[in-house]
This record gives sequence, structure tokens and C-alpha cells, in this order.
Amino acid sequence: MKPAPFRYADPGSLDEALDVLVAEGEGAKVLAGGQSLIPLLSMRLAAPATLVDINRVPGLDAVEATGDGVRVGALVRHRALLHDGAAARVQPLLARATANVAHPAIRNRGTTVGSIAHADPSGEMTSVLALTDGAVTVATPSGRSVVGWRDLFVGPLETSLHGPAVVVDAFFPALAPRSGTAFAEVSRRKGDYAVCGAGVVVTLDADRRVERVRASYISVGLVPEVHDLTEAVHGAPADSADWAAAGELARTLVDPDGDLHASADYRRLLVGVLTERTLAEAATEALERTAA
Amino acid sequence: MTTKLFGEPVRRREDARLIIGKGRYLDDIGAQALAAAFVRSPHAHARITDIDVEGALDVEGLVAIYTYEDLTGPMAEPLPVLIPHPQLHAPRTGYPLANGEVNHVGEPVVMVVATDRYLAEDAAERIVVSYEELPVVVGVDAAREAASAVHTEIPDNVAARHHQETGDVEAALAGATRTLSFTQYIERSACMPLEGKGVHARWDPADSSLRVYSSTQASTSVRAAIAAKLELSLDAVEVIAPDVGGGFGVKIVHPWPEELLVPMAAIKLGQEVKWAEDRREHFIGSAHERQQRQEITVGYGDDGRITALDVHAWHDNGAYTPYGIIVPIVTATQLVGPYAIPVYRVVVESVYTNTVIVTPYRGAGRPQGCFAMERTMDRIADDLGLDRAEVRRRNLIQPDQFPYDHHLTFQDGRPVIYDSGDYPGLLAKLEALVDWDGIEARRAEAASRGKLLGAGMAMYVEGTGPGPYEGGHVQVLGSGKVLVATGLTSQGQGHETSFAQIVASELGVPIEDVEVTTGDTRRFPYAVGTFASRAAVMSGNAIALAARGVREKALRIAAEVLEADPADLEIEDGVVGVKGTPGATIPLRTVAVLSNPLRYAFDEAAKQATQFARAGSDDRPPVAVGDAPGLEHRDYYSPIRSTFASGAHAAVVEIDPKTWEIDVVSYAVVHDCGNVVNPMIVEGQVHGGVAQGVAGALYERMAYDADGQLQNASFMDFLMPYATEVPDVVIDHQQTPSPLNPLGIKGAGEAGVIPGTAAIASAIEDATGRRIAAMPISPTELYDVMRSPDWEGTAAAGRRTGVGA
Repeated sequence: MKPAPFRYADPGSLDEALDVLVAEGEGAKVLAGGQSLIPLLSMRLAAPATLVDINRVPGLDAVEATGDGVRVGALVRHRALLHDGAAARVQPLLARATANVAHPAIRNRGTTVGSIAHADPSGEMTSVLALTDGAVTVATPSGRSVVGWRDLFVGPLETSLHGPAVVVDAFFPALAPRSGTAFAEVSRRKGDYAVCGAGVVVTLDADRRVERVRASYISVGLVPEVHDLTEAVHGAPADSADWAAAGELARTLVDPDGDLHASADYRRLLVGVLTERTLAEAATEALERTAA
Repeated sequence: MTTKLFGEPVRRREDARLIIGKGRYLDDIGAQALAAAFVRSPHAHARITDIDVEGALDVEGLVAIYTYEDLTGPMAEPLPVLIPHPQLHAPRTGYPLANGEVNHVGEPVVMVVATDRYLAEDAAERIVVSYEELPVVVGVDAAREAASAVHTEIPDNVAARHHQETGDVEAALAGATRTLSFTQYIERSACMPLEGKGVHARWDPADSSLRVYSSTQASTSVRAAIAAKLELSLDAVEVIAPDVGGGFGVKIVHPWPEELLVPMAAIKLGQEVKWAEDRREHFIGSAHERQQRQEITVGYGDDGRITALDVHAWHDNGAYTPYGIIVPIVTATQLVGPYAIPVYRVVVESVYTNTVIVTPYRGAGRPQGCFAMERTMDRIADDLGLDRAEVRRRNLIQPDQFPYDHHLTFQDGRPVIYDSGDYPGLLAKLEALVDWDGIEARRAEAASRGKLLGAGMAMYVEGTGPGPYEGGHVQVLGSGKVLVATGLTSQGQGHETSFAQIVASELGVPIEDVEVTTGDTRRFPYAVGTFASRAAVMSGNAIALAARGVREKALRIAAEVLEADPADLEIEDGVVGVKGTPGATIPLRTVAVLSNPLRYAFDEAAKQATQFARAGSDDRPPVAVGDAPGLEHRDYYSPIRSTFASGAHAAVVEIDPKTWEIDVVSYAVVHDCGNVVNPMIVEGQVHGGVAQGVAGALYERMAYDADGQLQNASFMDFLMPYATEVPDVVIDHQQTPSPLNPLGIKGAGEAGVIPGTAAIASAIEDATGRRIAAMPISPTELYDVMRSPDWEGTAAAGRRTGVGA
């Protein structure tokens, strides 16, 4: 379990990093927290010719929470985001989801943006980017561009980014007024990749009735998706809506695969159960936020 | 008294070293050594048609490549069948490197040696082995059907048909008031020590000698195997087990191919060579255990008392049988547990599959036997509407029935005669500990929270401390330091502490003066190994006997100096004194100096033993006939047969009826291993065992697909439980000393793992009312059980809901 030979570069600036990526071509891979990439190298499942370690690049380690949303730099560790109070106030899903990312040792090292760029449908933050309708900022030699989550995720472990590019931040829009969120997972062991996870956002109208319900699931499907479950509970009072009906609807919308740890049917079961549970919790939060 | 430490919860002396990173594990040795890496078969069953090493030759740092063609003499022969048995009629073992055919994914085909492991793996990656694939056999059922054969000349795939019986079971079943029959399965798991295997070898050409470090449970036997296979004189080979990061059975198997190939390369190359197993290699290149299909028929009366038991099991032994049929024998003989079974017949067919070899993993066939027996008890209780504890109680061997002869033959070739025990006592303690009578109230309380709660129990008897022998050497130095050596190895059991406690107690010295060495053939060349819960029983008693020998000699020498009768002397805190006579003392270290008559004084203490230091007897030689210089003694303990420990576990589970997640909310253990050297260490052993029991019941399995590919060969997908998954364990002790050995102790290493699968299966069945006949079980599988409309339900569940019989 030793990586194949690779060259290593640790540029001191973003421009320098892009220069290296241009020079090295397709064989280059960006290294941030390394929590997914290094095991892949050790198992020789990936053998990039060059690792471009961006950990020395300045200016990528900030969490910026504003009224519009939370911008998370490429070197922000999961742990920093988990404990960022301002970010949690603007978009509570961030801390809720990050708490489910693996174990403390991995959260201390792994980066939120890195896990998004890795595009693993079992990752929490890909799903949160989708559910919050977020986007990433991509730096290339020709400048910066913003790529929305729908255009970013192409397949399991596959993004639309090609050629020399560094994802410099991810932006998660703020939680809308009169809204609440919840996030839950079922995993075989605490901290494992979820067998199934669910993140939800419930938005109420001024009469505290359900206006909009959206959900996104972990380890269900090949790329993150957002499902609109509003029709099952639309107009219902938030404190007595039939969340089970929303769960039932969710079960019909997803198309999970089976693997060693869960059959497709079991995943579908969990989609229903987690949807029901998280929606009830999110509605409670939405009521509180509506009252306030 | 400060020196009477036997039985005290002395803190483990080795922990400070291990915890702060001062341990010396295999990969800590030989930083400059050449590194070996292996090309392993990617196929479960194939003929090798070509090995092309051309592409590897220009890898910088490549030193050597070896294939089967490079093996000569005994190395070109199959690996040994370590434990031959008359009923193992078709044994097969692999070669150090595959000889034309591979029989499981992971079998070593080529060894590469390079200047470091990275480069060795680079070269290995470029070697192209061509294969012609052959039909693959995976799982006991496929092996039994024998549509194809693992080894062509064994068309039925049966390596052994192990058979024992204690009477006419057919007649007894025919005469039984009631009978029931059922089939159940238990899946593959494995040891998974955090440190994999590893070997480091250094050849001294000037001295023509070989030193090998191996992460092994049997250094003396590895030494003998290396000497035999590499055609070296035994005295030219020394083998040392350094700190070993867990064994759990897998490291008792030897010689592993790597244990022979790495020394072979070191000799051929004249350089240090090292190989440290990586995790994937450990999954596909070491050993697994546990898979069995069990067909059980039991005859019993209306009172639940068993009159006859007939068990036919199929045991998956993997591709080869280097460890013989020890696991089938242990299942067959330990199955009966604490119960009096009037007539018992067992047949275990050990079958070949194209998977990793199966050798003992902590428990070594006992979890399967316990699963068979305890689930039988549950079924009888269910059939009769009796409490599960009550059915067990009615079948227990009684305290006045010891020694109890089962008329079976154990894994050591000796009769299964239980030496001592109190099984009703265990059961009573267990019921109290888990509040068995309070389970219905807990069930109701859990139901009010929307959870399904159930409880299960399982009892076991564990044959521990099999022979043939172990030895111990105790030596008091002139400094007062007491050196203790035994040949068996340590893998984290705390031997440095428990053996030191024994010596400190026997000899009357402070434990701080005692230093224990294990697993080093330079220090103690005769040993068997650490397995079968035998270290404390075997080496503990041998060391105690050696310490007693030292004590006797010390008292004899001190008696002369003190002009007293040895019978009037005592040793306390390292000082020999005359009982009741303050001041008449001599330090043990001085006795040690005097024990070795000297011509030359090399330090102050030694002066006392020189020839002009004191008046001696002119008519006796300085060293008496039959005596020896030095205050040391070597002794051995060889038991007449194994000693039988016992225990009872109860598990309480809560199940979420929406997600079918299974949570073990209580786990109770009553444990009897005779006299206890160190209760803290014993409890630690129980905790670790329970963790592996829970693992085997709910988390771990080797997921082979039909092509013989292991689907979960990493810690990402092989679900070794974390601390978060292991329940808190409450323990109660019972001490029934063994009459067989001087210290009255029984083994404790494996006990914790044995009943886990049986108890948890019972608890899940109790919670859900659905029959659980295959373990381990995961939430997704439980979901399938629960939504299957025609799945068998228990009668107990029917009674609870007021429907059914």
C-alpha cells in the first residue's frame, strides 16, 4: 500500500499553483486535506503524475458569513466550519451536516471544499451544496468562474471541471426566512459513510403553514439531487403536517442502488423514515424562526 | 505484604512503553533493510500460464525477483500440514510461492525485493502473470454440492470428515418424547490485529547465522520451520517475536510463506530483508474463520431435558489445511458446553473453497459450537413455552458431577473431562446481573418509546491451556534483579505484568525487580506458543514452578550462611530471614552472588563469592555434585489435559422498528477462569472478547462474491466496530479453581468472544418474534426478515400477542 511515484509541488500562491497545473497537464491533481486522495494513492487506485499541494496558498482558509450566505475557502477544515457560529446562524445546515462527516481526526484535516470537489455521492457536503442551491468558485489560468451545483456534479467522483483548475471556495446561500433545516444519517458505525442520509429544508408561509419542502439524500443515487416534496404537505399547519406522506413521496422519487451494506429497498425505506423524522424537526425550527 | 501480588489488579507494566510509542514492533526494526513485496493472485482459482518479469527489470532499486522456479530443496515442497489427524484424509497446503496453480485471491505468486517498499511495489506492479481461470468454489454449500473441485484430485471437496459419538444417537432420537430439527449458518470473519504479520531477517555470513524477527504467536516453532525449510542447523537460527500488535490466532499459523521467503532472500542476498504486511494483504493473504452450516436434531422430554443431540456441520476450511482440523474438532467437542448430553453424535465435514485459509480466530470454533447448542436450548424453550434460563438450568452439569467426562476427544488428543466448575452458579449470577426476570418490564418500557426490546443468553465451557508443555526460567542476579523468561509469545495480553506477579509472589521479591522476556528463542528455546487461552495456565504454572525452584535453592544457600534450617526461613521484599528472628537476614541478591563461587571479583558484590572471602568446607567441592552455579531454575509444566473455564453472557437489544437498527443496550458477563492472577487483565480480556463477539454478531463478515473476490477487503467496508458500537459490559466473577495445575488457574483469553453471536441472535429473535438462523445480521437483512410474509415466527411471540400456539 505505497503510492506509485509522483512529483510533488507546494506552490506559495494561487497563480503559481495554476502554473504548475498548466505545466503538468492532465496528470496533475490538487491536494488539500487529502482524506480521500491519499488513500486512493496508497491503494494505487489513483496514480497522478503530480500532486499540487495548495496548503501553502494564502487566502483560502476563511469562512465568510454574510446575510447572503456562507463562503467557505478551499482550505477550511470540516472542523472549522462545524464550530463557526456565524456560519451556523446564516445556514444551519452547514454545522448539522459537518457534524456527520466521519470522525474528529478526519474532520481536523479534511476540507469541505475538497470533499465537494471529490464529488462523492456519499459525502455530506455535496448534498448540502445542492440542497442550499450553492455554487463553487473555480480559478483557472483564464480567470475565475462560478459553477452552480447542477453543473458541477457529473457522476460519482466526477465533476465537470477539466484542465487546470482550482476550486477556491464554495458558497452556500443563507437559509430563507420562515425556514428550518434538519440533517440525519443512518450509518453502520458511527462516523462511517452513511447508508442513507437526509438533509431537508422546510419553509413556512406567514400563516405558519407549509409552503415549500425540499430534501437531498446521501448515498442515494449517483449525484446529489434535490427533491421537492411540497405537494405531499402543502398548506398543512407546520405543527401537524403529515410528514409521513412526504416520506412516502420521497420513497417514490429516489432510485438508490444496493451494495454490501444496504439493499436498494432498505435505502428506500430509510429515505422515507429519515425524511419523516427530519421534516418534523425542521418544521419545529421553522416555527421557531417564524415566531422570532 | 507488598510482594503477594497474585490476584491483585496490578496495572499493566507494559502499557506506558506501548502507549507513548516506545513499543518495538516489527516494522520498527531494520530501517535500512531491503523491502519485499508480493505479486498475489487476482483470481480465486486459476492455472498460471506465464510469469513475465521483463517490465519490472528497469525499476530503479530492484534487487531480486523470485518465483516458484527459484525455490529449491524443501522450499520447493508444499508447506507443512502442521497438525496431522487421521480423519484429515485429504490435506492440502500451498507452496511458499504458487506452483502452477492458485487457489484463492491473494495467494503469493512472485516475491520482489527492492531497496524500499515503494520501489518493490512499483516493480511488482509491472510483473505480468498470465492465468487460465478455473471454476471457483465459494461457500460451504457450493463446496458441498461440489459442482466443481478446488483440488482436482479431491472431487467432493471434503478434506476431513470429523466424527465423534457417545452412544447410539439414532435409537435415542427414536425414543425421544419430542424432537426438532433445524439448519443454521454462521458467516466468515477474521482476527484483524491492528499490526499485520511481518518478518525481518538478517544473515550474518561470517557467523553463518540467521536472526529473524517475526510478528508471530510461536517463535520457537517458526525457528524450527525456518531451519528445516532452509536446511540450516537449528543452532544457527534465532527467532524473536518483538512487540506484537495483536494476534487473535492468525499469527499462530506458521510458517507463513513470507516467514520462509524473507529469510531465504536475506541469505541469498547477504542483506537485511523485511516485509510488513499491509491491510489488504492481511485480508486476502492471511486467514479467516467461522463459516459453518449446521444441521441439528435434538431429542428432549416435556421437561426440556435433552436426551439426544445429533449435529452435522459443514465447515469452510478455505483453500488449504495447514492447521489441520483443529477448528472442526473444537466446534465438535466444545458444542456441548455446560450441559449433560446423554447421547451425542457430531460430524463436521471440513470442505475446501477457493478462499483464504481458515485457521483459529479467538474462540477457534467455539462460537459456532456455542451458537449450535445455545440456539438449540432456545428452540426447546420456545417449543415448550418454558423460560430460556429454566431450560438451560435443567440441562446443566451439576457441581457434584466433576470431574465430568463427556467421552469425547479434545483438540489436544486428550479426553474432554471437565475438571471443575459451577454452572448453576454462573446461571444464577447471570440472571441477577442482567435482571432476567425484569426483562418483560423493560420490554414494555421500550415499547412505550417505540422500540422493540429483547434479551438473550448463552453459556459456554472453554477448554483452555492445552499441552504439550511450556517452560519457564527464573534467575536472580547479583544486582537483585530477577530475570524471567518463557518461550511463548505475547501479543498484548499483559504477560510482562501477570508473569511478574506470579514470580514476585512465589519468590517474595518486589515486582519492580522482575523483568519478563517472552517469545525470544535466545532466552528460552523450548515452547509451543500462545493460543487456546493457554499462556497463563501453561507458562504461568511453569514460571511458578521455576520460581519455586529458585526459592528452594535460595533458602538452602541462605540457611548455610544464617546457620538455620531452610524450613525456618522466609523471603520477603527480596530479603531472606529467619522467621521470628529479626536481624537474621541476608538479601536475596547476596544469596545470588554466593550461589556462584568465583575466582575473579569483577565488582564489590562479587568479592563475597571469591575463594578467599570466607571460610569454606575443605572436604566438599565449591559446587556440589548435582548442583549448578547461579541462583536460577528452569522448569516445565505439562498438563495431563486441558482445564475447562466457563461463563454465561446475556445481551439485551433494542431495535428500531422503522430503520431496523440494532442496538445492544445491555451486556452482562459472568466469568469463571479459576484462580485469577490479575483481575484487571482478565476483565480487559473479557471486554476485548465481547467487542469481537458483538462484531461477529452484528458487523463483521467476509463478503466474497461468487467469483471468489473479497468485496470488503479494507477497514472502510469490513466493519470492525468502534468503541461507539461496543456496549458497556458488566462483569461478575466466579472462581472455581482448577485441580489440574499448581496455581489453580484456567485460561481467559478467548472466553469473551464465544457466546456473543448466540446471545445476540437470541435477543434479536426475542425482540422481533422472527426466527434468526443466520448470523451475523445487519439492519438491511433484518428488514428483509421482517417484511418477508412467510418468515418463521417464534412460538413465544405468538404467545405474547395471544395468537398462535
